[in-house]
This record gives sequence, structure tokens and C-alpha cells, in this order.
Amino acid sequence: MATHTQVNLPLPVLPDNWSGEKDFKPIGKLSAATQRSIEPVGPHFLAHARRARHKRTFSEDDRIQAQENVKKVEDDDSGEISEPEDPMMLSRDAKDWKSQDHYAVLGLSKYRYKATEEQIKRAHRKKVLRHHPDKKAAAGSTEDDSFFKCIQKATEILLDPVKRRQFDSVDEHADVEPPTKKQLKDGKYYKLWSNVFKSEGRFSRIQPVPKFGDENSNKEDVDTFYNFFYNFDSWRSFEYQDEDVPDDNENRDQKRHMERKNNNARKKKKTEDSARLRKLVDDAMAGDERIKRFRQEANASKNKKRLEKEAAEKKALDDAKAAKEAEAKASKEAEEKAKSEREQGKKAKEAAKAAVKKNRRVLKGSVKDANYFVSGDAPASVIDAVLNDVELVQGKIDADETAALAGKLNGLKIADEIKGVWSAEVKRLVSAGKVKDGDVKSLA
Amino acid sequence: MAAEAAPASGTTPGERHAIGIAFGNSNSSIAYTTVEDKADVIANEDGDRQIPSILSYVDGEEYNGQQAKQQLIRNSKNTVAYFRDFLGQDFKSLDPTHCHASAHPQEHNGTIAFTIQDKEEGEPSVVTISEVTTRHLKRLVQSASDFTGKQVNSAVLTVPTNFSEKQKAALTKAANDAGLEVLQLISEPIASLLAYDARAEAKVADKIVVVADLGGTRSDVAVIASRGGMYTILATAHDYEFAGAQLDKVLQDHFAKEFIKWNTTDPRENARSLAKLKLEAEATKKALSIGTNANFSVESLAEGIDFASTINRLRYETIARKIFDGFNRLIEGVVKKAGLDVLEIDEVILSGGTSHTPKIASNMSAIFPSTTTILAPSTTPTAINPSELQARGAALQASLIQEYEKEDIEQSTHPAVTTVKHLTNAIGVMTITGDIDKGLFTPIIAAETAVPARRTIHIATPKEGGDVLIKIVEGGSHIKVSKPEPKPKTNGDKKGDDDSDDSDVSDSDDEPEDVREKVWKVGTVLAEAAIKGVKKGGKIEVMINVAGDLAVTVTCREVGGKGGVRGNVSAP
Repeated sequence: MATHTQVNLPLPVLPDNWSGEKDFKPIGKLSAATQRSIEPVGPHFLAHARRARHKRTFSEDDRIQAQENVKKVEDDDSGEISEPEDPMMLSRDAKDWKSQDHYAVLGLSKYRYKATEEQIKRAHRKKVLRHHPDKKAAAGSTEDDSFFKCIQKATEILLDPVKRRQFDSVDEHADVEPPTKKQLKDGKYYKLWSNVFKSEGRFSRIQPVPKFGDENSNKEDVDTFYNFFYNFDSWRSFEYQDEDVPDDNENRDQKRHMERKNNNARKKKKTEDSARLRKLVDDAMAGDERIKRFRQEANASKNKKRLEKEAAEKKALDDAKAAKEAEAKASKEAEEKAKSEREQGKKAKEAAKAAVKKNRRVLKGSVKDANYFVSGDAPASVIDAVLNDVELVQGKIDADETAALAGKLNGLKIADEIKGVWSAEVKRLVSAGKVKDGDVKSLA
Repeated sequence: MAAEAAPASGTTPGERHAIGIAFGNSNSSIAYTTVEDKADVIANEDGDRQIPSILSYVDGEEYNGQQAKQQLIRNSKNTVAYFRDFLGQDFKSLDPTHCHASAHPQEHNGTIAFTIQDKEEGEPSVVTISEVTTRHLKRLVQSASDFTGKQVNSAVLTVPTNFSEKQKAALTKAANDAGLEVLQLISEPIASLLAYDARAEAKVADKIVVVADLGGTRSDVAVIASRGGMYTILATAHDYEFAGAQLDKVLQDHFAKEFIKWNTTDPRENARSLAKLKLEAEATKKALSIGTNANFSVESLAEGIDFASTINRLRYETIARKIFDGFNRLIEGVVKKAGLDVLEIDEVILSGGTSHTPKIASNMSAIFPSTTTILAPSTTPTAINPSELQARGAALQASLIQEYEKEDIEQSTHPAVTTVKHLTNAIGVMTITGDIDKGLFTPIIAAETAVPARRTIHIATPKEGGDVLIKIVEGGSHIKVSKPEPKPKTNGDKKGDDDSDDSDVSDSDDEPEDVREKVWKVGTVLAEAAIKGVKKGGKIEVMINVAGDLAVTVTCREVGGKGGVRGNVSAP
């Protein structure tokens, strides 16, 4: 508090016998307090809440607040606008305001369309302080207030949102020229074009404007960017470049004519501007390595698909072929096997036949060896009977039995033994029911 | 710190566009703060700064404010009025008297609702009190947005001091539904006080203020201790019997009788005539606050008969005397309730529409001593329009807190921060007067000051300088009643802390009444300190700092001198 309550009644004189440590003597204590709620309203409460919440004492809080206030002043100063003034600009005629660069007049050429209203106001104030005609008159120079008028005009235009837009629309100083081929050779393609589109983006009704990006941008972002600029919704208009419409009522036709002319000119310029932007985007796109890369990638992926398909087809074909071959091979093998088996069977048959023949010969030989079971020369009838019986038996037994019989008979020279073998055989056949008892008389 | 944490809800401080809304039972007003941090009340599209809190529906079209008020005559069933106090209430506990001539409140699913034809066709719909409030607030916000050119999305609203938590929650919900972030709900008397304290010429002082909010349907009075810009409510009183509507009633009856004198019918028996009578009575009352004469004229008051009459202010004050006496009793009662005497009141703020009435202000001057400032248009030329006080206060508070995160505001208004100890006794030093050897108490920190507190005063020293004793004591005030004596007064300091100089004139009236004066009784001695070798004509600066735990730090030094004495009195 700057002023303190003043009390005019004097303090008592210190009694002679008074003494206290460091001239201070605590005696009593405060009586108990009541708990009440303070209303959370007003600047002083805010201060109280600040102190209470940060647990500051009065003096600490005073100090911290003072520091914060100091900081604020510094922040305000940091945004100062200072720019050297072009002497040519200073000698401008205020009447020629259409060709005037309002931002430069206010020293805001660094900011241009980005300048905030606050900046414009502050810049205006600063310029007025310097160029006010009264000041000039005081300094002894002529009463030339033309630049002051320029300042006022610039402020008038820039602080009016509609007029400012019109001026911004035709503010060529804010334009960034598209890069030439020579510039692009240095490899700063993305940076250069990015600046161009950043400045073009100021005309967009839709904000924020997508960024041009760099070589690492993904396809989606790049597509978004180009789509945005191909469908650009611009607020740019060209009223600022209108020719002056005569303001008298006398010549209405002339006025209307001028208005029509202006309107047409605006429309024409707008169309040209759209075309210009389109060409700009086309140019940027034509040289955009990213687009090429994306195309290649797209192609590569497309080709990849095709190749995969072809490979798959080929594989299927090969597989089918192999399967067919395998099948053919298997059938051939089976055939060969069957053939060999057949051949083998034939041979075995032949061998068996030969064996049977041989055995039969043994059988026949045996009875011959036994001299047909007679002593001396055997009569032809006996021989026939024995041989018939042998043949009968032979016909009744199969190859194995023949072989077994032959095995038994083989080597036997004695007629009785042979006869024994034969009669055993006949008996076996009779018991098996193959031969009727009595059929084979000679061998029984 | 909370400031760094992301806000859980609500708009971020940068996007806020806040206004103050005083949502009253009869009228609402909206205020914004200009670039110079001055609060200004916004007029709605009809040009009204006091927007009647009334909604009316005609053929599905919504009318609000004065236009809706006119509908009370023809379209009373589809007009919702005086609904603010119903918010968050039980049907049982509400008083529907004032709604007699408009849509009647009814119980609906545990809440209060009105049946009104708010669409062009179809059945009348049941609109809950919350919805009605939301619609009304939306209209207010629309008016404010149209005026300021920016969409208003947050506000500080005022509520009576006896609004329950439930009612506050209901109001907050209704406001949120209307697209408003409620930054804070502040008490109506505090808003009025803030509006006065925020004026550039206002000084931060320790004072006791009575804020009398005399509205259309209710009167609320609060005694507030304003200590260094911090406000503590000491007592409140609410009255539903003495308010603007009763004054209207008096005029209504007066003119109705006059009408009967010439015609045979009583206009009060017909609902439409009564509504016309009521509206015109209100207009006449307002006119009487400004001029000494007012016309009363209603076309086709009853049975097609036009009626015109005049009334002068004296007549009005005579017939409305009972009501005015009621206001007096109410205000005197609340001062007593706070345990204070009228002598201890430093300021009376009259707020609310009824406060325009000059008689009420002059009554206040009669009740309170002449040292008390009566802030009403008829007594103080610089007074702020009483109808606008609350909205202005709310707007000021809104501009103060709209920079803060929601969480910050909540933490700052938390009871842990707002509930603090208040001194029961004043703390001061003993000084001497020329003729009395006994010391005289000079307060430095007044009673009912919230701790922690810090005050500094400059005290004169004996003329010759030298060594002085600073005796820090507690002091209690009491009222001394004495029989009038030929000598008008003992000394000039009995009036307490402020402006004690001009008190002599009025107290010396030769009336056979008791002389009442406020005197200080010296209590406990807290500490003594000595300053030695004070220069001739020098002054001593005494700074007393009371910490939150009631520990006292005393710093004394000679103004402009070096060194000084510093000492502590430990907490009790």
C-alpha cells in the first residue's frame, strides 16, 4: 500500500524505567479467532488465494509479483518493430496510395499478411510519433505531411479487414517467385517450392494449408497437398486494381460502363490467377521426384503382382507335368514288373513242366528199374498195365506230389522198395478218394 | 503447479470470452468489461439493460424480456415468469405466489416444470425449470454475443447468499446447457460491493458495509466486513414480504380504488385488467423514483374504459409507508444479527431495482449516523445504478479470473483457502490525547479481519520528539449511551477509524435523545516496543503482520529513519 493511514495523535513518551530486549517486549497473546469464510471475489482475494496456495508471506508475494510485472514489460518491448525507412518512400505522395506498399510504410514488410492487428496498431503508433507533422514543424522543417498521410492511409487499409484482404490479394511483395530450373539444380527443390506454396497458401479460405513437405513425405501427405492445391478455394480478389469509378451523378452511363469494365477485369484476373496457380502446381508436380518415386513404387508393386502370378502359373504347370511324369513312370514300372513276373511265371511253369516231365520219367524209369515188378523179361501186357497205372497215378497227382514221389523213388534200385513206394502212394491216393481201390492193380 | 496441468474441462483460458450475468428472479442483466477494465452493462436488442427474466411463447415463437412481459396481459398461460428461485428446489418448498398471473409451476418427475404451448402446433409441452433457465440464459448470451461481436462462452453468475448447493448445481447445469462455462458463482451482495470497490476512485479500506439488495420479489440484506479488499459476510437476512412487488401492489390498490370511484367495476377482479394494472403500476413506481409526479394511464383497463390518473411522490410515500418501514426493520435487524451497531456501519450500498426509490435511501440516512455513506442514486450523485451493480460486479470478477485455468479457479475457491481465522478484536496502539493522560486506543487492524493480514500506519510523536513507547494492544468496541449534556461531546475520536473529522456537526443536534457513541475498550496488551531518539516532528511507522496461526510480528521504525524495532508475539 503506497499510502498508509496517518494518525495525528502522538505516541506516549517512553517511561524512564522501561526496558526490553532489543527494545521489544512481548507481553500478551491474541485472543482466539473466529472461523469465517471469506468470499472468493475480487482482486485482493486473488492475491490472498495466491499467497495461501503457494504458502508465501506478504513480502515474498510482493517481490514475486514485482518480478512478474517487470517481465511483462520486457515481453512487450521484445516485439518491437524497427525497420530502416527508404528515403524514396518518405517522399511519396499520399494521393498515389494505390501503388503504395502499406506494410513497408508501417515498417512491417517483414511480416506482411502475417502481421497481427496488434502489431499494426503498435507500428502505426510508432510511426505517428516519429512523423507527426506537428513534430516536423517543431523541428523547423516545412509542413510537409505527405508521409504522415501515407501512414494514415496504410493504417486505414490494414486495420479494415475487408480492405486489408483486398490489398493482400494484390500484394506482390509477399509473393514468392517459382524457382527457375537453374535454382533447382542445387537440389533445394522441396525448400524452394515449399516457400512458394506457403505464400500461395495465404489466399486459401481453408486454413491450415497442407505443407509441401520434403523428400521423405509419404504418399498420403503428398496426395493431400496436390489435391488441396488443385481444388484451391481462394479468397483472392482484385478490387484493389480497379480503375477509379467517377463519383459524379452526371454521367451514369460512364459510371456503369466503368463498373462493368472493372467487374470484367476482376473476373478475368481471377481466372488468370486460377490458371496461374494450376500451372504452378503442374510445374511443381512435373518435377516432383516423389511423384515419380511413388509411380515407380506403384509400378513395381503392380509388376510384382504380375510376376508372382506368372510364377505361380508356371509352378502349377510344372507341378502338373511332374505329376504326370511320375504317374507315367509308375505305370510303366508296374507294367514292367508285371511283365517280368509273367515271364518269370512262364519260366517257372516251364521249369515245373520240365520237372514234372523229369519226375514222370523217374516214375516211369522206376517201374522200369523194378522191371515192372516181375522177374525176368516182362511181358508186354504187364509193361502196358504197369505203365498205364503209372500214368493213371501220374494223372491223379499234381506236380509237387510227383516231385515228392520222384524224390522217394529216385535212387531206388530194388524192385520191392520201389513197389513199396508205389503201393504207399496208391494207398494214399485211395484213402484220399482220388483213385478207386482196384483201379491200380499192378502197383498195389 | 496447477497452471501447467491441462484443464480437464471447459474452454481454455485463451478462448474464453466471459461476461457477468446477474440472473435475478424479476430481471436479469448482463455486463462485460471494456478494454479499460471498466464494467459496462449491455443493453439487449430492445435496448433494455434490465431484461425481465420472463419467457413467453406465441405461435411457437419465443419472446424474452420486455416483450415477454407484455405477454403477461394477453398470453399469461404461455408466459413463464419469476422462475429463478424455483431452480433446484423441491416442489413442496416453493412459493408460487408471483407466478399466479403467469404459467403455474407444477411437479414433474421430481423437478419443477411448466406446461406451455411453445410450439406452433400440437400439444402443449412440459418444460422443466432447468430448460426454462437454459432458454433464458441462451437469450442473454445471444444479446451479449451480438453486442460484443464475439461468441460468449463463459460467465460469472450471481446468486443470492441463501442459494443452496443444490440450487447452485442446478444453475450451473442450466448454464452449461446454454453453452456457458460457469467460471464462478458469486454472492449478489459481494458482486455489488465489488462493483463499487473496483471504481478507480475507490480506496482499499477496512470497513463494514451493509448491502441491501431490494429486488422485485425479494429483499436480501447482508452485512459484510470489507478488510483490505477481502470480503467476509457477517450476517444475512432474506425477506419475501417487503419487495418491489409490494410497492406495486400499493399503487395498484390505490389506482384500483380510484377507478372504482368513477366506474363500478373493480379492475382487480379480472385477470387481464389486473395484469394491465400491475404493469402500469410498476411503470408509475419507476417514474416516481425519477420525478415527483407520475402519470398512470391504461387504455381499456376494464370493460373497455380507459383510465388515466396522476400521483405525486409524497402521496406514494405515504401510502407505501408500511412497506418502507418493513425495509427499515429488515436492515436494522440484520445489523443487530451481525452483533453490530448502526454506528459501526461505514457504508450502505443499496442495490436492486427497488433501491431507486428515494424514500428508501432517505430512510437509510435517518437510521444510520451521518458518517455512514449511503450509496444510492438519490443520496450520492456518484452512485452506480443500483440495478446494474450485480452484473457489473460479476463482469469484473469474470475479467479477473478468465485468464485462469478452470482447475486454478476451483482450487482457489476451495474452502481450504476461503475458510480462515478472523480476528475477534481489533489490534492497535495506544496514543495519548492532549487532555487525557490515559491512553487512547488507535486501531491498526480492525476486528473481523481475515488472517494472514498486514497493516501499516504512521503515527505522530510528541512535538519535541525523543523516546516513544509503542504499546500494541487488543481493543474491543462498545457503544456508550449517555444522556445529552450541555457540552456536545467529549472528544472528536469516538467515531472510530475513518473520517472522524466531520462527525461533530450532526451529533450536536439538540435533540432530547440519548447520545450514542462508539468507544474503544482496551483489552490485552500484546507487546511494547520503544523507539529512541525520534527527531522533532518525526513519525513512527508501525507495521503489524498477523500470520495464519495468529502469531503477530510487529515492526516499528521512524519514517525515513534507519533501523527500527522488530519483534514477534508467538501464536496462542
